[in-house]
Amino acid sequence: MTTTQQLVPLRGVKQSPLEELFTSGHRTCQGCESALVMKLMIKAAGPRTIVLGSTGCMYVANTTYYSTPWVVPWMHTQLGSSGSAALGTAAGLKALMRKAKMKDEPINVIAFCGDGGGADMGLSAISAALTHNEYNLLILLYDNESYANTDIQVSGSSPWGANSTFSPPGTLHRIMNRRWKKNTAGMLAAGHPQARYIATGCASYATDMMNKVRKALTIGGPTFMHTLDPCPKGWDYDPMYSHELGVLAVQTGIWVQYEVEDGKITLNGPSKVLARGKKRLPVEEYLKRQGRFAHFTPEDVAYFQSQIDEMWEKWWIPGVVPPGPQDP
Amino acid sequence: MTTETRVGPLETEELISGSEAIARACALADVDVITAYPIRPYDTVMQFVSKLIANGELTCEYIVAESEHSQFEIVKHASAVGARVFTGSSGVGWFYAFEALAVTCGLRLPMVAMVGNRALDDPGAFGCEHNDALAVRDLGWLLNWAATAQDCIDTAFLAWRVAEDPRVFLPCAISTDGAFLTHSQQIVKVPDRSLVDKFLPPYDRGKFQLHPDNPITIAPQVNEDWLMEIRRQTDAAMRRARDVIIEAHQEFVDIFGRGGDPFLEEYMTDDADVVLIGMGTLALPLKVTVRRMREKGHKVGFIRVKWFRPFPGPELLELLPRFKAVGVIDRDYSLGSPLNGGVLFNEVRSIMYSAPERVPIIGFVAGLGGREITIPSTRQMFEITQKAADEGGTDQELHWIGVRE
Ligand SMILES: Cc1ncc(C[n+]2csc(CCOP(=O)(O)OP(=O)(O)O)c2C)c(N)n1
Ligand code: SF4
Ligand SMILES: [Mg+2]
Repeated sequence: MTTTQQLVPLRGVKQSPLEELFTSGHRTCQGCESALVMKLMIKAAGPRTIVLGSTGCMYVANTTYYSTPWVVPWMHTQLGSSGSAALGTAAGLKALMRKAKMKDEPINVIAFCGDGGGADMGLSAISAALTHNEYNLLILLYDNESYANTDIQVSGSSPWGANSTFSPPGTLHRIMNRRWKKNTAGMLAAGHPQARYIATGCASYATDMMNKVRKALTIGGPTFMHTLDPCPKGWDYDPMYSHELGVLAVQTGIWVQYEVEDGKITLNGPSKVLARGKKRLPVEEYLKRQGRFAHFTPEDVAYFQSQIDEMWEKWWIPGVVPPGPQDP
Repeated sequence: MTTETRVGPLETEELISGSEAIARACALADVDVITAYPIRPYDTVMQFVSKLIANGELTCEYIVAESEHSQFEIVKHASAVGARVFTGSSGVGWFYAFEALAVTCGLRLPMVAMVGNRALDDPGAFGCEHNDALAVRDLGWLLNWAATAQDCIDTAFLAWRVAEDPRVFLPCAISTDGAFLTHSQQIVKVPDRSLVDKFLPPYDRGKFQLHPDNPITIAPQVNEDWLMEIRRQTDAAMRRARDVIIEAHQEFVDIFGRGGDPFLEEYMTDDADVVLIGMGTLALPLKVTVRRMREKGHKVGFIRVKWFRPFPGPELLELLPRFKAVGVIDRDYSLGSPLNGGVLFNEVRSIMYSAPERVPIIGFVAGLGGREITIPSTRQMFEITQKAADEGGTDQELHWIGVRE
């Protein structure tokens, strides 16, 4: 399995395949953007794909016995195992094809994980997978910014100050999550110079996201994607606003859309325009629509804004590369 | 084209360690995916594996993982797409992989692992102790204890054959006593590939293979609706493994001309009054002691348990009642367990509850942390057991042997 499937870029949603490979049968919340990520991901990848899913909402809510929504072969993997699942599957296929024990053909291997499974627990396995150049695989981290499946607990990918069942605001401590969100994709891009493709995405920008999946699978070797997925239950908003929140996350500059292809960093879509100087929307527009920030004071909002401003004004590349020591 | 034909036995004799023997088995069994992570003493097998690969004597995907958890998860997933796999660990490394060890059974994925038995570290020990491998005894792992380097290579072939049998589809661990077996060289008959091919069919995952041509969903959420039925199926697979082991063993004996009894190795038990039971390399000092004591007229014998899972309950139940007393040696501990005894001791006592006559059974905890089980200490265990036989019982059913008080 030395070659990959050549998946052509889509020039708009209308070009996307009609065939659904993630169909009815799942039981995610109404307005669950992570479920949309699954649907777009596999639509982009196509039927000759094996999907591995680590524990989390996209396993538990998606794969009830006898009502699996997956048309493609699918297998559960442990919470911290997305990297290992992708690696083991790709290695198994490669060995069998190399020894002519299986028909030689390019089969996509995608392992997905949540932010808890990927940015926290499974980080070392993902990092290891990204160093194994000889295997073609994609690890997709769908980030709903909490351990959602276990009742919305704070993760290393949760935003500063967010209310979660492990970080509830109280009378003594209003802000219980005092950690800033990890820069997972940037860290992985910086740390794995030979991984050919690392990208962020958001289902609100569906064509962009699908094309990134296609590029990740076509380019070969181990690749990584990180999507930001509004989660009505964990973020506490009316499910009808999921799409809008994804757009707001990008337009306030909180979430940066980019790809790192063979070491070259490109900001995409609205993020590119913001980098050229278009005015960002105030983060308050994003924060105030979500119950998880309802306890924020104006000072909290101002602090949040200051961190985002710093990222856009002081970082070498906003959202990707932090400032160097010699920078102002 | 060469017309040379080989004559004589299709085997060569080589001076190799238990670890090297298993590495050679990997090449002969044409293993597809191997994952490694360093921890003493099992890691020696991977040193040999990597050398075999480097020299072109073994072709496989070889991944040095970043942890034991990943090591076992990687081969688990490779097995799901139909690849023959091998991995291994020791002591705390095996425990680091524990989550993967557990789910592999539930997924019914065959896997062969070598455990280089090692103490669970703190306070600072990495000598031989059996608590590492024994920790998975309730989960669905087939567990074998090897006594010699020959056992290592032979058991490896048996392990793939039994684990990959569709009636079983369970992981199998070969336990090798750290240092005593992993690092000690012995003369080993290494078979020719043609013999191994005759014995070991290719792994065929059949309708459970994860592949786009067979788009199944593996391990969906079943919860209380189905989990009991599925656990029951895994239980049935473990029960069936008994017959599969017997069948495979018989064929092994037919093809390779060695192997003996599938579950137990008996040493001078025929007319014995008292016997000691144990697992692994302690067989060696015990056999020496049996011979020496017999020279002095003591009717003693030794029984080595080869497969701990499935447990040779029926065999022991049939065998043990005829002795006047039985001593069970554990190179492990089970703190707070009945009589505060070791794991094997408790299992043997449990199965003997069904015996028509209750033979005194005494437990010995010995050789922890790699401490040597010496000839004098085995003699001491025989003497304690003999005393119980003479007196028809004992007040002290559990002894720690060779401990400074
Ligand atoms: C080793 C382990 N620890 C804890 C859990 C419990 N658990 C199940 S799902 C889950 C949440 C995972 O969060 P994330 O990866 O962000 O996925 P999400 O549920 O948010 O989709 C946790 C902690 C587990 N399954 N395995
Ligand atoms: S809790 Fe969030 S991620 Fe989980 S199913 Fe609901 S909306 Fe989706
Ligand atoms: Mg999450």
